[in-house]
Order: sequence, then C-alpha cells, then structure tokens
Amino acid sequence: MTPKRKRLWLVVGSLAVLGFAATLVLTALNDNIVFFYSPTQIAEKNIPPERRFRMGGLVEAGSVTKSADGQVTSFKVTDTHKTVAVVYRGLLPDLFREGQGVIAEGSLGADGVFLAREILAKHDENYMPSEVAKAIKEAGQWKERK
Amino acid sequence: MADLHFLANPARFRRFSQRVVPSLSVATALMLAVGLYLALLQSPPDYQQGDTVRIMFVHVPSAWLAMAGYALLAGLGASLLIWRHPLAALMARAAAPVGAGFCAVCLLTGSLWGRPMWGAYWVWDARLTSMLLLFFLYLGHIALSRAYDEPDRGDRAAAILALIGVINLPIIKFSVDWWNTLHQPASVARLGGPSIHPSILVPLLWMAATLFLLFVLLVLLRTDTEIDRRRLENAEQQA
Repeated sequence: MTPKRKRLWLVVGSLAVLGFAATLVLTALNDNIVFFYSPTQIAEKNIPPERRFRMGGLVEAGSVTKSADGQVTSFKVTDTHKTVAVVYRGLLPDLFREGQGVIAEGSLGADGVFLAREILAKHDENYMPSEVAKAIKEAGQWKERK
Repeated sequence: MADLHFLANPARFRRFSQRVVPSLSVATALMLAVGLYLALLQSPPDYQQGDTVRIMFVHVPSAWLAMAGYALLAGLGASLLIWRHPLAALMARAAAPVGAGFCAVCLLTGSLWGRPMWGAYWVWDARLTSMLLLFFLYLGHIALSRAYDEPDRGDRAAAILALIGVINLPIIKFSVDWWNTLHQPASVARLGGPSIHPSILVPLLWMAATLFLLFVLLVLLRTDTEIDRRRLENAEQQA
C-alpha cells in the first residue's frame, strides 16, 4: 500500500468511526434534542405537574377564546389524536391562529390544563402569494397540516 | 479529480483565477442587481408572512453556502492530508472566513425573521443549534490554522478539524426530519418537489446562484492573496 492509499483509508476509516459514534450519541440523547412533545407523547409520558417543558401541535379550529380583558387566551392544542387545553397570559406572536402550528412552553396544572409561559408560532414549509392561497382555498384543495 | 489537478499548482491557479475574476465580477454584479429587483420588488408578499418572506432570499442561500463552504473545507482538508496538494491549505485559509461570513449572515437574518414570525429571536432547537455549531467550527478552523508559528502545522490541525466537523453537515440538513424542531422542514430540496410557489422560488434560486458566484469570487481572490502572502513569508525567511 502506498502512503497515499494508507492516508486515504485512515481518513475514511476515522470518519466512519466518528459518524458511528455521533449516531450513537444523538440516538441516546434523542429525548433531550427534541424541541417539544406532542399531546400524544405527553399522554404516554405521564409528565408530573409543575415540570417545565414544551408542547407542540396545531391550534384546534374554533377552540380559541379570550378573557373579557383580552389578556388571557385559552385554546386547545391537538396532534389529531390527543388534545391538550392551554391557558396563556400575554402577547401572542403574529402567526398564532387557528389551524396553525404552535409551541407552548410551560407546565401542566393538576387539572391537566397546560399553563403556558411562552408561546411560539411554528411556520410550515409552504410559501405562496396570498392570491394563490385564496385560489387554492376556493377550489377546495387546501390541505391542513397533519 | 484529474481535471482539477492542474489547479493544484499555485502558479497555474494564479493564471486561471486572473483569467476568470474579471468576467466573474461583472457577472456577479449584474446578477445581484437583477436578484435584488426580483427579491425586493417583483416577487409577491407571502400569504402569511407578508413582506417578511423576503428575508428568506438572503437567509436560505447563505445557509446553503455556509454548508457548501464547510464541505469545501473538508474536501480541501482531505486533499491536504492525503495527497498533500500544495494549494489546498492556502485555499482553506482563504475559504474559511468567507464560509463563516455566510454562516453569520444566515444566523442573523434567521434571528431577525424569527422574532416577528415565531415570537423569539433564538431558540435551542436542533436546526438552530447545529447551525450555530457550524459557525463555531468555522471560527475554530480560522483560529487553529493561525495558531502555530509554522503555518504547515496549523494547516494540518485545521484540516483535521474540518474533516471531523463534516459530521455536522448531515445533522444540520436532517435535523428538521430527525427531531421535532421549531424551524420548518425543508422547502426546496425535498421529496415531492419544492413547496414554494414559483413566484417566490425563482427569486430564491436566482439569489442562490448570485451568492454562489459571490462565494466563488471571494474564495478565488482570497486564495490569490494567500499565495502572495505565503511567497512573501518564504522570501522573508530566506532573506
């Protein structure tokens, strides 16, 4: 084997080992790398009340209500299987609306209602001008995100 | 590879870049003028984001180039360590700050987009964190290559770092698929075709092509400078 060959295999071999190690580490840390849990995962995990975490899903259509003074928003977050009720006091991001993805940080109350301290709106991967969005909706071809 | 071998010789590279740079500069400037018109005036606002969508025309190409730039560093690192190409180390020194610059632009524009759209300048999700890691890998490469009195040792240490860091590239790309993140999944390079309307996709790809030319131009110019610098240092040592 020429020295060049040897160095080539050394580099390729080291990268393969490193890649394998990285895969193992990331798999092991999977639970810490996910940014939020879905309502289904929350139901499976039995997260104790008062523990802070993030929950993500879609704002259920027709579920958003505001308190009389407009400061407290209540809504439901769904992943189409399970639903969690959320209460939040404060300003909402621009993209927050029914049917949109949302991520709430906070904790579960004893009654199972999620008390959000922070709300982040999740944007999806679709980009289009508003006339196109309108045309698709009028044609009945609009697909809500799952 | 055989075709690129002729560029491994610094003198030939110099002749090549001096032939290419003038027309490349003109092409980049013209494309940028058209690109700015397409991105800022001609393309429509997004149905949800409004005019904020225009940040994407800089953000997304910068992200691509930051990643492509790091892949280039890794390729140069491999050709330095394995084949001892004389030009690879110089080009890596030239390319690292350019890639770091695009990476910084990507992080900053993303942050400015995130505040109105998500409601946060920054979150520690897998995509944002792995992109920040890429920026630190760039800074590490720049620092390491300049950390030794003998430039050759710095070049080799930085080449090893570039090869190790290349593991981060697939993590960045697939972070949005492997873990749930706040960052949206891929819109352009994805199965089933782009999910961006042509009126927004065309300016995006145009800007990507423009910034790619800018990247190539900057790397060529800076590599020329690095060749000069190395020659100067060698001459000073001999004097």
